[in-house]
Amino acid sequence: MRVRSRVVCVGDDVDTDAIIPGKYLGSQEPAFLAGHVLEGLSTRFPGDLANVSILCAGENFGCGSSREHAALALRAAGIRCVIAASFARIFFRNAINTGLLAVELKAVSKLSEGDDVEVDVEVCRVVNHSTGEVFSIPQYAGTVRDIVAAGGLVEYVRRRTGR
Amino acid sequence: MGLTVTQKILSRKAGKPVQTGEIVEVGVDFTLTHDVTGPIAVSEFERMGVGRVWDPDRVALVLDHATPSKDIQAAEACQKLRRFAAEQGISRVYDEGQGVEHVLLPESRWVRPGSVLFGADSHTVTAGACALFATGVGSTDLAAIWALGTTWIRVPAQMRFNFTGEMPRWLSGKDLILHVLRLIGTNGAHYASMEFTGSVISRLDMDQRFTLCNMSVEAGAKNGIVPADEVTAAFFGVSPEDLKELVSDEDATYEQWLEVDVTGMPPQVAVPSSPGNVKDVTELSNVRVDRVFIGSCTNGRLSDLEAAAEVLRGKRIARGVVALVLPGSATVFHEALKRGLVETFLEAGVTVGPPSCGPCYGGHLGVAGPGEVVVSTSNRNFRGRMGHADALVYLASPAVAAASAVTGRISSPEEVI
Repeated sequence: MRVRSRVVCVGDDVDTDAIIPGKYLGSQEPAFLAGHVLEGLSTRFPGDLANVSILCAGENFGCGSSREHAALALRAAGIRCVIAASFARIFFRNAINTGLLAVELKAVSKLSEGDDVEVDVEVCRVVNHSTGEVFSIPQYAGTVRDIVAAGGLVEYVRRRTGR
Repeated sequence: MGLTVTQKILSRKAGKPVQTGEIVEVGVDFTLTHDVTGPIAVSEFERMGVGRVWDPDRVALVLDHATPSKDIQAAEACQKLRRFAAEQGISRVYDEGQGVEHVLLPESRWVRPGSVLFGADSHTVTAGACALFATGVGSTDLAAIWALGTTWIRVPAQMRFNFTGEMPRWLSGKDLILHVLRLIGTNGAHYASMEFTGSVISRLDMDQRFTLCNMSVEAGAKNGIVPADEVTAAFFGVSPEDLKELVSDEDATYEQWLEVDVTGMPPQVAVPSSPGNVKDVTELSNVRVDRVFIGSCTNGRLSDLEAAAEVLRGKRIARGVVALVLPGSATVFHEALKRGLVETFLEAGVTVGPPSCGPCYGGHLGVAGPGEVVVSTSNRNFRGRMGHADALVYLASPAVAAASAVTGRISSPEEVI
Protein backbone atom coordinates (compact mmCIF):
# COMPACT_ATOMS: atom_id res chain seq x y z
CA MET A 1 0.00 0.00 0.00
CA ARG A 2 1.45 3.33 -1.09
CA VAL A 3 0.43 6.90 -0.33
CA ARG A 4 2.12 10.04 -1.67
CA SER A 5 1.13 13.55 -0.69
CA ARG A 6 2.16 16.93 0.59
CA VAL A 7 2.14 16.65 4.40
CA VAL A 8 0.62 18.71 7.19
CA CYS A 9 2.37 18.57 10.60
CA VAL A 10 1.00 18.74 14.14
CA GLY A 11 2.76 18.37 17.50
CA ASP A 12 2.90 15.96 20.47
CA ASP A 13 -0.04 14.62 22.49
CA VAL A 14 -2.79 15.48 19.99
CA ASP A 15 -5.73 14.03 21.90
CA THR A 16 -9.03 12.68 20.63
CA ASP A 17 -10.88 15.75 21.89
CA ALA A 18 -8.65 17.83 19.61
CA ILE A 19 -9.26 15.44 16.70
CA ILE A 20 -13.03 15.39 17.17
CA PRO A 21 -14.61 17.20 20.15
CA GLY A 22 -17.18 15.38 22.30
CA LYS A 23 -20.03 17.60 21.19
CA TYR A 24 -19.98 15.99 17.73
CA LEU A 25 -20.08 12.36 18.92
CA GLY A 26 -23.82 12.04 18.42
CA SER A 27 -23.07 11.66 14.72
CA GLN A 28 -21.42 8.73 12.97
CA GLU A 29 -21.71 10.42 9.59
CA PRO A 30 -18.19 10.52 8.07
CA ALA A 31 -18.79 13.70 6.03
CA PHE A 32 -20.13 15.56 9.09
CA LEU A 33 -17.21 14.42 11.27
CA ALA A 34 -14.72 15.38 8.53
CA GLY A 35 -16.13 18.90 8.63
CA HIS A 36 -14.92 19.27 12.23
CA VAL A 37 -11.74 17.21 12.24
CA LEU A 38 -8.88 18.73 14.27
CA GLU A 39 -10.88 21.89 14.89
CA GLY A 40 -10.21 21.36 18.60
CA LEU A 41 -6.50 21.85 17.84
CA SER A 42 -6.51 24.95 15.67
CA THR A 43 -8.75 27.11 13.54
CA ARG A 44 -6.53 26.21 10.55
CA PHE A 45 -8.37 22.86 10.50
CA PRO A 46 -10.09 21.24 8.77
CA GLY A 47 -9.31 23.78 6.01
CA ASP A 48 -5.57 23.02 5.83
CA LEU A 49 -6.21 19.32 5.23
CA ALA A 50 -7.60 20.01 1.75
CA ASN A 51 -5.81 17.85 -0.85
CA VAL A 52 -3.58 16.32 1.84
CA SER A 53 -3.41 12.53 2.38
CA ILE A 54 -0.63 12.31 4.98
CA LEU A 55 -0.70 13.86 8.45
CA CYS A 56 2.53 13.99 10.48
CA ALA A 57 2.46 14.12 14.28
CA GLY A 58 4.76 13.88 17.29
CA GLU A 59 4.52 11.57 20.29
CA ASN A 60 1.33 9.95 21.63
CA PHE A 61 -0.95 10.86 18.72
CA GLY A 62 -4.62 10.10 19.45
CA CYS A 63 -4.33 9.86 23.24
CA GLY A 64 -7.52 9.93 25.28
CA SER A 65 -10.83 8.43 24.42
CA SER A 66 -11.61 5.24 22.47
CA ARG A 67 -13.87 7.13 20.07
CA GLU A 68 -13.46 5.61 16.64
CA HIS A 69 -14.97 8.85 15.35
CA ALA A 70 -11.39 10.24 15.48
CA ALA A 71 -10.05 7.78 12.90
CA LEU A 72 -13.27 7.99 10.86
CA ALA A 73 -13.12 11.79 10.76
CA LEU A 74 -9.49 11.84 9.56
CA ARG A 75 -10.21 9.18 6.94
CA ALA A 76 -13.31 11.02 5.72
CA ALA A 77 -11.30 14.25 5.50
CA GLY A 78 -9.04 12.51 2.97
CA ILE A 79 -6.19 11.47 5.28
CA ARG A 80 -5.00 7.99 4.30
CA CYS A 81 -1.93 7.79 6.52
CA VAL A 82 -0.81 9.28 9.84
CA ILE A 83 2.95 9.22 10.48
CA ALA A 84 3.71 9.79 14.16
CA ALA A 85 6.65 9.40 16.52
CA SER A 86 4.27 7.25 18.59
CA PHE A 87 0.57 6.48 18.80
CA ALA A 88 -1.78 6.03 21.73
CA ARG A 89 -2.68 2.37 21.54
CA ILE A 90 -6.47 2.59 21.05
CA PHE A 91 -6.10 5.14 18.26
CA PHE A 92 -3.55 2.88 16.54
CA ARG A 93 -6.01 -0.03 16.61
CA ASN A 94 -8.90 2.16 15.46
CA ALA A 95 -6.82 3.48 12.56
CA ILE A 96 -5.78 0.15 11.12
CA ASN A 97 -9.24 -1.29 11.81
CA THR A 98 -10.88 1.39 9.69
CA GLY A 99 -8.33 1.40 6.86
CA LEU A 100 -6.31 4.43 7.98
CA LEU A 101 -2.58 3.65 7.90
CA ALA A 102 -0.76 4.40 11.15
CA VAL A 103 3.00 4.50 10.65
CA GLU A 104 5.41 4.92 13.53
CA LEU A 105 8.53 6.90 12.65
CA LYS A 106 10.76 8.31 15.41
CA ALA A 107 12.42 10.63 12.85
CA VAL A 108 9.09 12.21 11.91
CA SER A 109 10.54 15.65 12.78
CA LYS A 110 12.57 15.37 9.56
CA LEU A 111 9.32 15.73 7.63
CA SER A 112 8.26 19.37 7.41
CA GLU A 113 4.94 20.95 6.57
CA GLY A 114 4.49 21.02 2.81
CA ASP A 115 7.10 18.32 2.06
CA ASP A 116 6.26 15.82 -0.65
CA VAL A 117 6.27 12.49 1.19
CA GLU A 118 5.69 8.93 0.07
CA VAL A 119 4.83 6.04 2.40
CA ASP A 120 5.09 2.45 1.22
CA VAL A 121 4.15 -0.07 3.91
CA GLU A 122 4.93 -3.06 1.71
CA VAL A 123 8.61 -2.19 1.42
CA CYS A 124 8.60 -0.52 4.89
CA ARG A 125 9.86 2.81 3.63
CA VAL A 126 9.08 6.52 3.94
CA VAL A 127 10.63 8.82 1.32
CA ASN A 128 10.80 12.58 1.69
CA HIS A 129 10.94 13.59 -1.97
CA SER A 130 11.50 17.24 -0.98
CA THR A 131 14.79 16.46 0.81
CA GLY A 132 15.68 13.12 -0.75
CA GLU A 133 15.82 11.44 2.67
CA VAL A 134 14.68 7.82 3.01
CA PHE A 135 13.53 6.25 6.30
CA SER A 136 12.85 2.62 7.25
CA ILE A 137 9.70 1.80 9.13
CA PRO A 138 8.98 -1.44 11.01
CA GLN A 139 6.94 -4.13 9.32
CA TYR A 140 3.46 -4.70 10.75
CA ALA A 141 3.49 -7.95 12.75
CA GLY A 142 1.09 -10.87 13.01
CA THR A 143 -2.59 -10.06 13.16
CA VAL A 144 -1.90 -6.35 12.56
CA ARG A 145 -0.31 -7.22 9.20
CA ASP A 146 -3.32 -9.35 8.27
CA ILE A 147 -5.80 -6.58 9.18
CA VAL A 148 -3.86 -3.99 7.15
CA ALA A 149 -3.64 -6.41 4.22
CA ALA A 150 -7.42 -6.94 4.38
CA GLY A 151 -7.93 -3.17 4.31
CA GLY A 152 -9.56 -3.13 7.73
CA LEU A 153 -11.00 -5.27 10.50
CA VAL A 154 -14.47 -5.85 9.01
CA GLU A 155 -12.98 -7.44 5.90
CA TYR A 156 -10.46 -9.35 8.05
CA VAL A 157 -13.29 -10.92 10.08
CA ARG A 158 -15.29 -11.67 6.92
CA ARG A 159 -12.32 -13.51 5.42
CA ARG A 160 -11.51 -15.32 8.65
CA THR A 161 -15.07 -16.53 9.15
CA GLY A 162 -15.51 -17.37 5.45
CA ARG A 163 -18.23 -14.76 4.89
CA MET B 1 11.15 -17.06 36.07
CA GLY B 2 8.19 -15.63 37.94
CA LEU B 3 5.23 -13.91 36.37
CA THR B 4 3.27 -10.78 37.15
CA VAL B 5 -0.47 -11.06 37.70
CA THR B 6 -1.11 -9.53 34.26
CA GLN B 7 1.24 -12.04 32.60
CA LYS B 8 -0.52 -14.90 34.42
CA ILE B 9 -3.95 -13.83 33.22
CA LEU B 10 -2.81 -13.25 29.63
CA SER B 11 -0.88 -16.55 29.51
CA ARG B 12 -3.93 -18.46 30.64
CA LYS B 13 -6.18 -16.73 28.09
CA ALA B 14 -3.61 -17.11 25.28
CA GLY B 15 -3.09 -20.79 26.10
CA LYS B 16 0.69 -20.39 26.31
CA PRO B 17 3.31 -18.45 28.30
CA VAL B 18 3.38 -14.91 26.90
CA GLN B 19 6.47 -12.80 26.21
CA THR B 20 6.56 -9.00 26.46
CA GLY B 21 6.11 -7.41 23.04
CA GLU B 22 4.72 -10.43 21.19
CA ILE B 23 1.28 -10.33 19.60
CA VAL B 24 -1.04 -13.03 20.97
CA GLU B 25 -4.67 -13.88 20.56
CA VAL B 26 -6.62 -14.03 23.81
CA GLY B 27 -10.06 -15.29 24.67
CA VAL B 28 -12.36 -12.59 26.02
CA ASP B 29 -14.63 -13.16 29.03
CA PHE B 30 -16.60 -9.91 29.11
CA THR B 31 -17.31 -6.99 26.79
CA LEU B 32 -18.96 -3.63 27.29
CA THR B 33 -19.99 -0.75 25.10
CA HIS B 34 -22.12 2.37 25.48
CA ASP B 35 -24.39 4.70 23.54
CA VAL B 36 -21.54 6.61 21.83
CA THR B 37 -19.26 3.74 20.76
CA GLY B 38 -22.01 1.08 20.63
CA PRO B 39 -24.00 2.23 17.60
CA ILE B 40 -20.84 2.10 15.43
CA ALA B 41 -20.01 -1.33 16.87
CA VAL B 42 -23.48 -2.59 15.91
CA SER B 43 -23.17 -1.25 12.34
CA GLU B 44 -19.70 -2.76 11.88
CA PHE B 45 -20.80 -6.06 13.45
CA GLU B 46 -23.64 -6.24 10.95
CA ARG B 47 -21.20 -5.58 8.10
CA MET B 48 -19.06 -8.52 9.28
CA GLY B 49 -21.94 -10.80 8.30
CA VAL B 50 -21.58 -13.35 11.10
CA GLY B 51 -25.16 -12.90 12.29
CA ARG B 52 -24.95 -13.74 15.99
CA VAL B 53 -22.69 -12.47 18.76
CA TRP B 54 -20.48 -15.26 20.05
CA ASP B 55 -22.04 -15.25 23.51
CA PRO B 56 -24.85 -12.83 24.40
CA ASP B 57 -24.28 -13.44 28.12
CA ARG B 58 -20.81 -11.87 27.84
CA VAL B 59 -22.04 -8.63 26.34
CA ALA B 60 -23.05 -5.56 28.35
CA LEU B 61 -24.63 -2.48 26.79
CA VAL B 62 -24.65 0.60 29.03
CA LEU B 63 -26.63 3.68 28.01
CA ASP B 64 -24.65 6.18 30.05
CA HIS B 65 -23.07 8.87 27.87
CA ALA B 66 -25.60 11.15 26.16
CA THR B 67 -28.24 10.01 28.64
CA PRO B 68 -30.81 10.61 29.97
CA SER B 69 -31.12 11.13 26.22
CA LYS B 70 -30.06 14.73 25.65
CA ASP B 71 -31.59 15.02 22.19
CA ILE B 72 -33.31 13.01 19.48
CA GLN B 73 -30.03 11.70 18.08
CA ALA B 74 -29.10 10.38 21.54
CA ALA B 75 -32.50 8.75 21.95
CA GLU B 76 -32.05 7.05 18.58
CA ALA B 77 -28.63 5.73 19.57
CA CYS B 78 -30.20 4.15 22.66
CA GLN B 79 -33.02 2.68 20.57
CA LYS B 80 -30.48 1.12 18.21
CA LEU B 81 -28.73 -0.61 21.11
CA ARG B 82 -31.97 -1.83 22.69
CA ARG B 83 -33.05 -3.24 19.34
CA PHE B 84 -29.69 -4.99 18.91
CA ALA B 85 -29.98 -6.46 22.42
CA ALA B 86 -33.45 -7.82 21.66
CA GLU B 87 -32.32 -9.37 18.36
CA GLN B 88 -29.24 -10.95 19.88
CA GLY B 89 -30.74 -12.08 23.19
CA ILE B 90 -28.48 -9.79 25.20
CA SER B 91 -30.07 -9.37 28.63
CA ARG B 92 -27.43 -7.17 30.23
CA VAL B 93 -28.71 -3.76 29.10
CA TYR B 94 -28.24 -1.00 31.63
CA ASP B 95 -30.71 1.60 30.54
CA GLU B 96 -30.59 5.39 30.75
CA GLY B 97 -29.94 6.66 34.25
CA GLN B 98 -28.88 3.32 35.77
CA GLY B 99 -25.29 4.38 35.99
CA VAL B 100 -21.87 4.89 34.51
CA GLU B 101 -20.49 1.63 33.10
CA HIS B 102 -17.23 1.52 35.08
CA VAL B 103 -19.14 2.07 38.30
CA LEU B 104 -22.01 -0.27 37.43
CA LEU B 105 -20.22 -3.35 36.14
CA PRO B 106 -17.93 -3.94 39.13
CA GLU B 107 -20.80 -2.96 41.45
CA SER B 108 -22.95 -5.70 39.89
CA ARG B 109 -20.08 -8.19 40.44
CA TRP B 110 -20.56 -9.30 36.81
CA VAL B 111 -16.86 -9.02 36.00
CA ARG B 112 -14.75 -11.46 38.01
CA PRO B 113 -11.14 -11.59 39.26
CA GLY B 114 -8.75 -13.27 36.83
CA SER B 115 -10.92 -12.62 33.78
CA VAL B 116 -10.35 -10.60 30.60
CA LEU B 117 -12.59 -7.62 29.90
CA PHE B 118 -12.54 -5.57 26.68
CA GLY B 119 -14.68 -2.46 26.48
CA ALA B 120 -15.34 0.10 23.78
CA ASP B 121 -14.34 2.84 26.17
CA SER B 122 -10.86 3.89 27.23
CA HIS B 123 -11.73 3.83 30.93
CA THR B 124 -12.47 0.11 30.81
CA VAL B 125 -9.10 -0.12 32.62
CA THR B 126 -11.00 0.81 35.82
CA ALA B 127 -12.03 -2.80 36.43
CA GLY B 128 -8.37 -3.82 36.84
CA ALA B 129 -8.94 -2.98 40.50
CA CYS B 130 -10.70 -6.37 40.67
CA ALA B 131 -7.43 -8.21 39.79
CA LEU B 132 -8.54 -8.78 36.21
CA PHE B 133 -7.16 -7.72 32.83
CA ALA B 134 -9.28 -4.88 31.47
CA THR B 135 -8.56 -2.60 28.55
CA GLY B 136 -10.27 -0.26 26.11
CA VAL B 137 -10.66 -0.61 22.35
CA GLY B 138 -12.68 1.10 19.64
CA SER B 139 -16.05 0.16 18.19
CA THR B 140 -14.88 -2.07 15.33
CA ASP B 141 -12.51 -3.98 17.62
CA LEU B 142 -15.43 -4.64 19.93
CA ALA B 143 -17.59 -5.77 17.01
CA ALA B 144 -14.86 -8.24 16.01
CA ILE B 145 -14.83 -9.62 19.57
CA TRP B 146 -18.61 -10.05 19.37
CA ALA B 147 -17.99 -12.02 16.15
CA LEU B 148 -14.99 -14.10 17.23
CA GLY B 149 -14.91 -14.20 21.05
CA THR B 150 -11.19 -13.41 20.84
CA THR B 151 -8.90 -10.52 19.97
CA TRP B 152 -5.22 -9.77 19.46
CA ILE B 153 -3.07 -7.99 21.94
CA ARG B 154 0.59 -6.99 22.16
CA VAL B 155 1.78 -8.30 25.51
CA PRO B 156 2.52 -5.18 27.59
CA ALA B 157 5.73 -4.31 29.38
CA GLN B 158 5.35 -4.48 33.17
CA MET B 159 5.56 -1.43 35.43
CA ARG B 160 5.15 -1.57 39.18
CA PHE B 161 4.18 1.30 41.46
CA ASN B 162 4.78 0.49 45.10
CA PHE B 163 3.17 2.92 47.54
CA THR B 164 4.41 3.10 51.12
CA GLY B 165 4.30 5.53 54.03
CA GLU B 166 1.56 7.16 56.04
CA MET B 167 -1.49 8.19 54.02
CA PRO B 168 -2.45 11.77 55.02
CA ARG B 169 -6.03 12.40 56.20
CA TRP B 170 -7.46 13.81 52.95
CA LEU B 171 -5.42 11.87 50.45
CA SER B 172 -7.35 9.53 48.14
CA GLY B 173 -6.86 7.16 45.21
CA LYS B 174 -7.27 10.18 42.94
CA ASP B 175 -4.30 11.95 44.49
CA LEU B 176 -2.15 8.83 44.14
CA ILE B 177 -2.83 8.43 40.42
CA LEU B 178 -2.43 12.17 39.79
CA HIS B 179 0.91 11.98 41.57
CA VAL B 180 1.94 9.05 39.36
CA LEU B 181 0.99 11.11 36.29
CA ARG B 182 3.10 13.93 37.68
CA LEU B 183 6.07 11.54 37.95
CA ILE B 184 5.84 9.75 34.59
CA GLY B 185 3.69 11.99 32.34
CA THR B 186 0.90 11.15 29.93
CA ASN B 187 3.10 8.84 27.86
CA GLY B 188 5.05 7.39 30.77
CA ALA B 189 3.33 4.01 30.72
CA HIS B 190 2.97 3.84 26.93
CA TYR B 191 1.40 0.45 26.02
CA ALA B 192 2.47 -0.91 29.44
CA SER B 193 0.77 -2.59 32.36
CA MET B 194 0.65 -0.56 35.58
CA GLU B 195 0.54 -2.69 38.71
CA PHE B 196 -0.23 -0.97 42.00
CA THR B 197 1.07 -2.49 45.24
CA GLY B 198 2.40 -1.66 48.69
CA SER B 199 1.16 -1.11 52.21
CA VAL B 200 -0.83 1.97 51.15
CA ILE B 201 -2.69 0.02 48.45
CA SER B 202 -3.42 -2.87 50.84
CA ARG B 203 -5.33 -0.43 53.02
CA LEU B 204 -7.26 1.23 50.16
CA ASP B 205 -10.91 0.27 49.76
CA MET B 206 -12.21 -0.91 46.37
CA ASP B 207 -13.63 2.51 45.48
CA GLN B 208 -10.18 4.11 45.74
CA ARG B 209 -8.60 1.25 43.82
CA PHE B 210 -11.07 1.80 40.97
CA THR B 211 -10.05 5.47 40.82
CA LEU B 212 -6.38 4.49 40.74
CA CYS B 213 -6.80 2.03 37.86
CA ASN B 214 -9.28 4.32 36.05
CA MET B 215 -6.65 6.92 35.20
CA SER B 216 -3.88 4.47 34.27
CA VAL B 217 -4.99 5.10 30.67
CA GLU B 218 -4.09 8.76 31.15
CA ALA B 219 -0.46 7.60 31.42
CA GLY B 220 -0.88 5.69 28.15
CA ALA B 221 -1.19 2.30 29.86
CA LYS B 222 -2.81 -0.77 28.35
CA ASN B 223 -4.10 -1.82 31.74
CA GLY B 224 -3.95 -0.94 35.41
CA ILE B 225 -4.22 -3.69 37.99
CA VAL B 226 -4.30 -4.26 41.72
CA PRO B 227 -3.35 -7.85 42.62
CA ALA B 228 -5.96 -9.77 44.61
CA ASP B 229 -5.93 -9.57 48.38
CA GLU B 230 -8.36 -9.70 51.29
CA VAL B 231 -10.10 -6.52 50.15
CA THR B 232 -10.73 -8.01 46.68
CA ALA B 233 -11.96 -11.27 48.21
CA ALA B 234 -14.34 -9.48 50.57
CA PHE B 235 -15.72 -7.41 47.66
CA PHE B 236 -16.57 -10.57 45.73
CA GLY B 237 -17.66 -12.54 48.78
CA VAL B 238 -15.06 -15.26 48.28
CA SER B 239 -12.21 -16.59 50.37
CA PRO B 240 -8.76 -14.98 49.83
CA GLU B 241 -7.57 -18.55 49.23
CA ASP B 242 -9.71 -18.67 46.06
CA LEU B 243 -7.81 -15.70 44.60
CA LYS B 244 -4.31 -16.62 45.72
CA GLU B 245 -3.07 -17.17 42.14
CA LEU B 246 -3.96 -13.61 41.21
CA VAL B 247 -0.86 -11.99 42.63
CA SER B 248 2.55 -11.41 41.09
CA ASP B 249 5.32 -13.89 41.86
CA GLU B 250 8.11 -12.71 44.16
CA ASP B 251 10.61 -13.15 41.31
CA ALA B 252 8.48 -11.56 38.59
CA THR B 253 10.43 -9.05 36.54
CA TYR B 254 9.40 -5.50 35.73
CA GLU B 255 10.70 -3.16 33.05
CA GLN B 256 10.22 -0.34 35.54
CA TRP B 257 9.63 -0.19 39.29
CA LEU B 258 8.77 3.04 41.08
CA GLU B 259 8.63 3.54 44.84
CA VAL B 260 6.29 6.27 46.04
CA ASP B 261 6.25 7.47 49.66
CA VAL B 262 2.92 9.18 50.34
CA THR B 263 3.90 10.55 53.76
CA GLY B 264 3.08 14.26 53.94
CA MET B 265 1.84 14.38 50.32
CA PRO B 266 -0.60 17.26 49.78
CA PRO B 267 -3.71 16.69 47.62
CA GLN B 268 -2.78 16.70 43.93
CA VAL B 269 -4.47 18.69 41.15
CA ALA B 270 -3.98 18.40 37.37
CA VAL B 271 -4.00 21.88 35.84
CA PRO B 272 -4.99 22.79 32.26
CA SER B 273 -4.71 21.20 29.82
CA SER B 274 -3.15 17.82 30.50
CA PRO B 275 -3.74 15.16 33.17
CA GLY B 276 0.05 14.99 33.47
CA ASN B 277 0.34 18.66 34.40
CA VAL B 278 0.03 18.12 38.15
CA LYS B 279 0.67 20.44 41.09
CA ASP B 280 0.13 20.43 44.86
CA VAL B 281 -3.25 21.93 45.78
CA THR B 282 -1.41 24.48 47.93
CA GLU B 283 0.18 26.01 44.81
CA LEU B 284 -3.23 26.86 43.36
CA SER B 285 -5.02 28.78 46.10
CA ASN B 286 -5.37 31.88 43.90
CA VAL B 287 -7.36 30.09 41.20
CA ARG B 288 -10.98 31.30 41.23
CA VAL B 289 -13.61 28.64 40.41
CA ASP B 290 -16.87 28.87 38.40
CA ARG B 291 -17.99 25.25 38.24
CA VAL B 292 -17.48 22.12 40.30
CA PHE B 293 -18.37 18.64 39.08
CA ILE B 294 -18.31 15.62 41.40
CA GLY B 295 -19.00 12.28 39.74
CA SER B 296 -17.87 10.27 36.65
CA CYS B 297 -16.32 6.81 36.30
CA THR B 298 -13.30 8.16 38.16
CA ASN B 299 -15.01 9.48 41.30
CA GLY B 300 -18.73 8.72 41.29
CA ARG B 301 -18.72 6.00 43.95
CA LEU B 302 -20.17 6.04 47.43
CA SER B 303 -16.95 6.78 49.30
CA ASP B 304 -16.30 9.65 46.86
CA LEU B 305 -19.67 11.19 47.70
CA GLU B 306 -19.02 10.58 51.40
CA ALA B 307 -15.73 12.48 51.20
CA ALA B 308 -17.42 15.38 49.42
CA ALA B 309 -20.31 15.42 51.89
CA GLU B 310 -17.94 15.39 54.83
CA VAL B 311 -16.39 18.61 53.54
CA LEU B 312 -19.75 20.20 52.67
CA ARG B 313 -21.70 19.25 55.80
CA GLY B 314 -23.20 22.32 57.41
CA LYS B 315 -21.69 24.69 54.84
CA ARG B 316 -22.84 26.60 51.77
CA ILE B 317 -21.03 26.74 48.46
CA ALA B 318 -19.63 30.15 47.50
CA ARG B 319 -21.83 32.66 45.72
CA GLY B 320 -21.32 32.46 41.97
CA VAL B 321 -20.18 28.82 41.97
CA VAL B 322 -22.27 26.18 40.20
CA ALA B 323 -21.72 22.76 41.79
CA LEU B 324 -23.10 19.48 40.48
CA VAL B 325 -23.01 15.97 41.93
CA LEU B 326 -23.91 13.06 39.66
CA PRO B 327 -23.81 9.75 41.59
CA GLY B 328 -22.10 7.04 39.53
CA SER B 329 -25.02 4.64 39.62
CA ALA B 330 -28.62 4.38 40.75
CA THR B 331 -27.42 2.17 43.60
CA VAL B 332 -24.88 4.78 44.70
CA PHE B 333 -27.59 7.45 44.42
CA HIS B 334 -30.00 5.42 46.54
CA GLU B 335 -27.39 4.69 49.18
CA ALA B 336 -26.33 8.35 49.25
CA LEU B 337 -29.95 9.26 49.84
CA LYS B 338 -30.33 6.76 52.71
CA ARG B 339 -27.13 7.99 54.35
CA GLY B 340 -28.18 11.63 54.20
CA LEU B 341 -25.48 12.65 51.73
CA VAL B 342 -27.99 13.97 49.20
CA GLU B 343 -29.53 16.13 51.92
CA THR B 344 -26.08 17.47 52.78
CA PHE B 345 -25.46 18.37 49.14
CA LEU B 346 -28.83 20.07 48.70
CA GLU B 347 -28.45 22.01 51.95
CA ALA B 348 -25.04 23.20 50.75
CA GLY B 349 -26.54 24.51 47.52
CA VAL B 350 -25.18 21.72 45.33
CA THR B 351 -27.34 20.36 42.48
CA VAL B 352 -27.77 16.58 42.45
CA GLY B 353 -28.59 14.95 39.11
CA PRO B 354 -28.93 11.55 37.49
CA PRO B 355 -25.98 9.20 36.86
CA SER B 356 -24.43 10.20 33.51
CA CYS B 357 -21.08 10.66 31.75
CA GLY B 358 -22.41 13.95 30.32
CA PRO B 359 -20.27 16.67 31.91
CA CYS B 360 -16.97 14.75 31.74
CA TYR B 361 -16.87 14.72 27.94
CA GLY B 362 -18.59 18.07 27.41
CA GLY B 363 -21.70 16.32 26.17
CA HIS B 364 -24.49 17.68 28.36
CA LEU B 365 -25.47 18.45 31.98
CA GLY B 366 -23.22 21.32 32.99
CA VAL B 367 -21.14 22.00 29.88
CA ALA B 368 -18.45 24.68 30.48
CA GLY B 369 -18.55 28.01 28.65
CA PRO B 370 -15.65 30.15 27.36
CA GLY B 371 -13.21 31.15 30.07
CA GLU B 372 -15.00 29.23 32.81
CA VAL B 373 -12.84 27.54 35.41
CA VAL B 374 -13.95 24.02 36.31
CA VAL B 375 -12.79 21.82 39.18
CA SER B 376 -13.79 18.31 38.20
CA THR B 377 -13.35 14.88 39.74
CA SER B 378 -13.29 13.34 36.25
CA ASN B 379 -10.23 12.16 34.34
CA ARG B 380 -9.32 14.46 31.43
CA ASN B 381 -8.71 18.18 31.17
CA PHE B 382 -7.70 18.43 27.53
CA ARG B 383 -8.58 21.67 25.80
CA GLY B 384 -12.28 21.56 24.96
CA ARG B 385 -12.89 18.34 26.90
CA MET B 386 -15.68 19.66 29.13
CA GLY B 387 -17.15 22.19 26.74
CA HIS B 388 -15.73 25.36 25.21
CA ALA B 389 -12.11 25.17 24.04
CA ASP B 390 -11.29 28.14 26.27
CA ALA B 391 -12.72 26.63 29.45
CA LEU B 392 -10.03 25.69 31.99
CA VAL B 393 -10.37 22.32 33.70
CA TYR B 394 -8.62 21.30 36.92
CA LEU B 395 -8.80 17.63 37.96
CA ALA B 396 -8.98 16.85 41.66
CA SER B 397 -10.35 14.51 44.33
CA PRO B 398 -13.94 14.81 45.58
CA ALA B 399 -12.72 16.37 48.85
CA VAL B 400 -10.73 19.06 47.02
CA ALA B 401 -13.62 19.68 44.60
CA ALA B 402 -16.03 20.10 47.52
CA ALA B 403 -13.66 22.41 49.41
CA SER B 404 -13.18 24.50 46.26
CA ALA B 405 -16.96 24.83 45.89
CA VAL B 406 -17.14 26.21 49.44
CA THR B 407 -14.37 28.79 49.08
CA GLY B 408 -14.85 29.62 45.40
CA ARG B 409 -11.16 29.02 44.72
CA ILE B 410 -9.06 25.88 44.56
CA SER B 411 -8.72 24.72 48.14
CA SER B 412 -7.52 21.90 50.31
CA PRO B 413 -10.21 20.28 52.51
CA GLU B 414 -8.19 21.39 55.52
CA GLU B 415 -9.00 25.01 54.69
CA VAL B 416 -12.71 24.49 55.27
CA ILE B 417 -12.90 21.72 57.89
